[in-house]
Amino acid sequence: MTRWSRITVLAMTLLVPSLDALGELRFPPPEFESGYQFPQTTAPGAKAVFHEYIDSAVLLAALLLATYLILRRRSRRAIFALMLLALVYFGFWRDGCICPIGAIQNVTLTISDGSYAIPITAGIFFVLPLVFTLFVGRIFCGAVCPLGAIQDAVLLHPVAVPRWLESGLRLMAYTYLGLAVLFAAIGNSFVICRYDPFIGFFRLSGNWNILIIGTSVLLIGLFIGRPYCRFLCPYGILLRQMSRLSKWRVTITPNECVKCRLCEGACPFGAIREPTGDWPRGEYKVAKRRLALLLLLLPILVAAGGWGGYALKERLARVHPKVRTAERVYLEDTGKVEGTTNASDAFRATGRTREDLYQDATAIRGRFAVGGALLGGFLGLVAGGKLVALSVRRRRSEYEADRAGCFACGRCYQYCPKERERRKKNKETVAGH
Amino acid sequence: MADNGNSMNRRKFLREGLWGACLGGLGAAAGLTAARNNRGNMVWQIDPNICIQCGNCATYCVLERSAVKAVQAYALCGYCDLCTGYLVPEPTALDTSAENALCPTGAIKRTYVEDPYYEYTIDEALCNGCGKCVKGCKAFGNGSLFLQVRHDRCLNCNECSIAAACPSGAYKRVPADHPYLFKGVERTQ
Repeated sequence: MTRWSRITVLAMTLLVPSLDALGELRFPPPEFESGYQFPQTTAPGAKAVFHEYIDSAVLLAALLLATYLILRRRSRRAIFALMLLALVYFGFWRDGCICPIGAIQNVTLTISDGSYAIPITAGIFFVLPLVFTLFVGRIFCGAVCPLGAIQDAVLLHPVAVPRWLESGLRLMAYTYLGLAVLFAAIGNSFVICRYDPFIGFFRLSGNWNILIIGTSVLLIGLFIGRPYCRFLCPYGILLRQMSRLSKWRVTITPNECVKCRLCEGACPFGAIREPTGDWPRGEYKVAKRRLALLLLLLPILVAAGGWGGYALKERLARVHPKVRTAERVYLEDTGKVEGTTNASDAFRATGRTREDLYQDATAIRGRFAVGGALLGGFLGLVAGGKLVALSVRRRRSEYEADRAGCFACGRCYQYCPKERERRKKNKETVAGH
Repeated sequence: MADNGNSMNRRKFLREGLWGACLGGLGAAAGLTAARNNRGNMVWQIDPNICIQCGNCATYCVLERSAVKAVQAYALCGYCDLCTGYLVPEPTALDTSAENALCPTGAIKRTYVEDPYYEYTIDEALCNGCGKCVKGCKAFGNGSLFLQVRHDRCLNCNECSIAAACPSGAYKRVPADHPYLFKGVERTQ
């Protein structure tokens, strides 16, 4: 009887399609005589979703509060306090995930892959700070972003970075943004999250690479204010451009600039622009010719960038694990390398044909050829645009915060004598009542 | 003077237009998110039929102790005395002595049930997700041990470090209301 029931159990298990089809149960589960009951395999549930809605609500509240503090209260101290709170909540409490910087990739993947279900928080975190920026500038950077906050908190002795160098280094951020979008769309990987420098600190754990990158960024950040934000942050690029169009923004002086130059060195991020006079006569003609030349150079740069990106397609495509596996399997098959890797073993274990794999890899390479060319063209355009911007002179009659570069941290307020006057008056009116 | 006024208008028009376009773009992104979100959230999970137990799960997780643990599908287990998921190859004796234990952290508990059967249970507080037991069980046993992402521990990172390091492509996003890919018949949740 036992044997028969064992055979039935075996037959049943063989018929269950979810089991490996190879007749896997070498040792049929025993028929216990002691009344032993099979324990259930536990399946602890996923973390509650309500946290995500709280995150979104906290983000909205923090942005609203930051708007009030930076534009109405004009208080650096209050903004610093809010910034630390945001660092504790979004950074240490919520482990630095999800953040708007990484959400770029989720949104990209949503557009490129119809089957991907984007978490609602990723969408909200991507959109909200940008919407606020369109109205009031980059208040997200100054008061809410945990990555900005951790750098802002360690800023010890800011050293000025020359304008041309800052502008040049910012090309890294454009490149990072372009690569992140490309890899999220067709490379099957989220590089922004993988190389988030501070995630190791937020989680108080992580591998050596992350900790070394994070520590170096913070060490640089002791002397160069917010290096990640200025030279690397891909989301910062979007914020910059939208901040140029903002309806309201940080103004150093509450009413009128007396050009006392006191605020000149106030900004550790080099975002205060001095008033400009008229072009010197001789220089004007030279600058005009230079501008014409640079405008002619622009299409050449775009074409060169596009060609460069196209030429890099094979290297770029290696980000995709399938391409890496295909290359490895090819090398092994042709005897160019010894031994196998985990990935090539895993591929062989699936029983798929090589032609199938090579076809997939070729298709991915083709996508990277187009994507690489577009990315290269975009970077050429950005580089050309930067050169053009150097030859254009904006007329400014007073000291003002650079629309694109200002993080809305509020440091410059206290340097303005007009602001001090205003605060004194405020205090008196409060005392008078 | 008139010319200057004109160009200011043009600039303003451009600015307003761009502003509106940006807002529209963000609105489109928000709409797309809302439309695509109706399928519910996704979490990471390992497909045990693809997993090759390379050991990356133990080392790549951002948590100090990986969120990946070995789990036991009791209904598939043979309750063998000579368990190849529990004992090293060619053990000196079929017992619980440390020199015979395959698990580097001693996370598998061997309990006597009745002759000649033993129950094997994973102590998740000790398990580091290396998959050595899984490999042993799959090679010579029933394959009742397999690796799973435990969602009480998993942070559900946007970019899972283990998924990025997984050589076989066993890592995938699964719907949050069915967060496990259990082997065998007893599917919970």
